[in-house]
Amino acid sequence: MSLDRKEVPLLAVMLIPVFVVFATFFLLPMARLVLVAGSGENGMSEYLTVIRTPRHFESLIATVLLSAVTTLAALVISGISGVFLERNRFRGREALISMLTFPLAFPGVVIGFLVIMLAGRQGLAKEISTALTGTRLVFAYSMAGLFVGYLYFSIPRVILTLMAAAEKLDPALEEAARSLGASRWQVIRDVIVPALKPALIASGAICFATAMGAFGTAFTLATNIDVLPMTIYTEFTLNANIATAAALSIMLGIVTWIALYIARSLAGSTVAAAA
Amino acid sequence: MNQSTQSIDIRLIECAKTFSDGTRALEPLTLQIEAGETVVLLGPSGCGKTTTLRIIAGLESPDPGGQVLFGQDDVTNQPIERRNVGMVFQSYALFPNMSVEQNIAYGLTVRKMANDEKARRVAEMLDMMQITELAGRRIDQLSGGQRQRVALARAIAVRPRVLLLDEPLTALDALLRERLRVEIDQLLRELGITAVYVTHDQNEAMALGDRIVVMDKGMVAQTGTPQDIYYKPSNAFVADFIGTINRLRGTANKGMLQTAGGKLPWSGPDAGDIEVLFRPEDATIVALDAAELRGHVVASYFLGDRTKVLLDGIGEQTVVVETADRRQFAKGAEIGLIIKPDALMTLE
Ligand SMILES: Nc1ncnc2c1ncn2[C@@H]1O[C@H](COP(=O)(O)OP(=O)(O)OP(=O)(O)O)[C@@H](O)[C@H]1O
Ligand SMILES: [Mg+2]
Repeated sequence: MSLDRKEVPLLAVMLIPVFVVFATFFLLPMARLVLVAGSGENGMSEYLTVIRTPRHFESLIATVLLSAVTTLAALVISGISGVFLERNRFRGREALISMLTFPLAFPGVVIGFLVIMLAGRQGLAKEISTALTGTRLVFAYSMAGLFVGYLYFSIPRVILTLMAAAEKLDPALEEAARSLGASRWQVIRDVIVPALKPALIASGAICFATAMGAFGTAFTLATNIDVLPMTIYTEFTLNANIATAAALSIMLGIVTWIALYIARSLAGSTVAAAA
Repeated sequence: MNQSTQSIDIRLIECAKTFSDGTRALEPLTLQIEAGETVVLLGPSGCGKTTTLRIIAGLESPDPGGQVLFGQDDVTNQPIERRNVGMVFQSYALFPNMSVEQNIAYGLTVRKMANDEKARRVAEMLDMMQITELAGRRIDQLSGGQRQRVALARAIAVRPRVLLLDEPLTALDALLRERLRVEIDQLLRELGITAVYVTHDQNEAMALGDRIVVMDKGMVAQTGTPQDIYYKPSNAFVADFIGTINRLRGTANKGMLQTAGGKLPWSGPDAGDIEVLFRPEDATIVALDAAELRGHVVASYFLGDRTKVLLDGIGEQTVVVETADRRQFAKGAEIGLIIKPDALMTLE
């Protein structure tokens, strides 16, 4: 689509608000953050120092892994449930959908609290497992606890988008594939997933970015696994290491951006390969 | 095209369909489709054509008691993926994430056919449908007619036991519909495949069907060749649904039928009050003194190759006749008709 020459000034006017917001709340503070990161005793090599510090590097890797696994799990669970909920009409369906999206408004603290109720030292999982097997199942403060918490707040962010996309699936496509001999699994792989792909990428990106930046859940669980936002918090408030905190923040932004970029181009290249 | 070797007959036995919401889409339906035959399911919207086709395909199962047979094979409980049927949809239903070639190859890929054999079969299909130059295209780069050709190629590529088409031409414009209809007709004959073709367009049905099954409200109204359906409608529904029909009431006595518009020669039995039907093309406009029936022009429409004239004073409803005469019909003018002697029909 090319723009008419007459439309260009109009377009510029329409875009002014977004430029203003972008500059005031994003570009200026970001520039400042970049400078702050370089203002410490290490100067601009603070970024390298951050990567070379094992504690920081591990925190970065753990955060990326946790976010990626959470995103994948959330997409799989929401994809299956979303298609099912869209296809089936049953009593209590509306209630179920609104319950699934209920955690949207919860801050991370509440999510962390819920995980502790489930799998903490006095949690439900412990009581049940003690009664059944005699072993005490406590995982709230481990990677598993974080994962459960992250998954819990990720699903509502994904499922509505996927349900909307599932509604637009053309049943004739699936029927055509089946008439050609495709099994259920082949129909999912060749018809449903490709059709849901834009929605999977869009909601997966939001899910991943949210997980990368999530703070409250990890903070409440007070685990010994430091996710990156926790590390930033520690450097900033406890160690007053402002340059390091700033450098870590920039890293968080860049890594998230790179991960999303890779995911998007991988998804794009599978389209190109199939065509 | 060594495809015709294995065409089989289809039998539906007492297949009824009640949907879960209580909608009764089909009354118990028994239907025999011979091997290699093209049967057209024809009827107004909602009469159950698609439902019947989907029961044959295996996309719906008949209510308990119903049976679907492919040759000797009872497929009632087989899902569609094991029935080996080719399907063509009104909406084309091509896979948008695959190229033309990949679409046509899909059924072969699923069957794990070797690559060189698959390539050969796809090339053969592209050639048969005359779309070789489109092989690498994406689906959204195709016109409606091209899409339907791809869909046909995809369905035929796997050598299905039967071919099922649900209004494949309805989404196309009139000219293209005509052309593709001729192509589909040739294709079905060439393949000798058993085919079931759903349409609500009677011209399509007449042109394509070896036999036509006219359906109404979930029941078969009449089954027969296009000629049977047209010239010997067995009930009022079929008579009215197919083509245009004129109705006259009269008394039959001693070889004459006395109607409001005049006397007609009558070979049927005497009767106090009977209804007879005739097609517009079986009436000829003649001079008044030679006419059997007389009526007055209500309206006339010039259609190019012929003129359609509506008359009153003959039957209870206006009578429609068609003529190739190059003349004007003034409103209110008196017109005389004769009717071909064997053209009068009655319904039981
Ligand atoms: N899944 C369904 N659930 C409930 N009722 C249905 C369903 N599918 C079809 N029907 C109903 O069954 C009847 C027959 O439908 P069908 O689709 O077979 O008609 P059709 O002859 O193909 O009509 P059309 O020419 O409009 O396609 C209709 O009354 C329709 O509303
Ligand atoms: Mg239909």
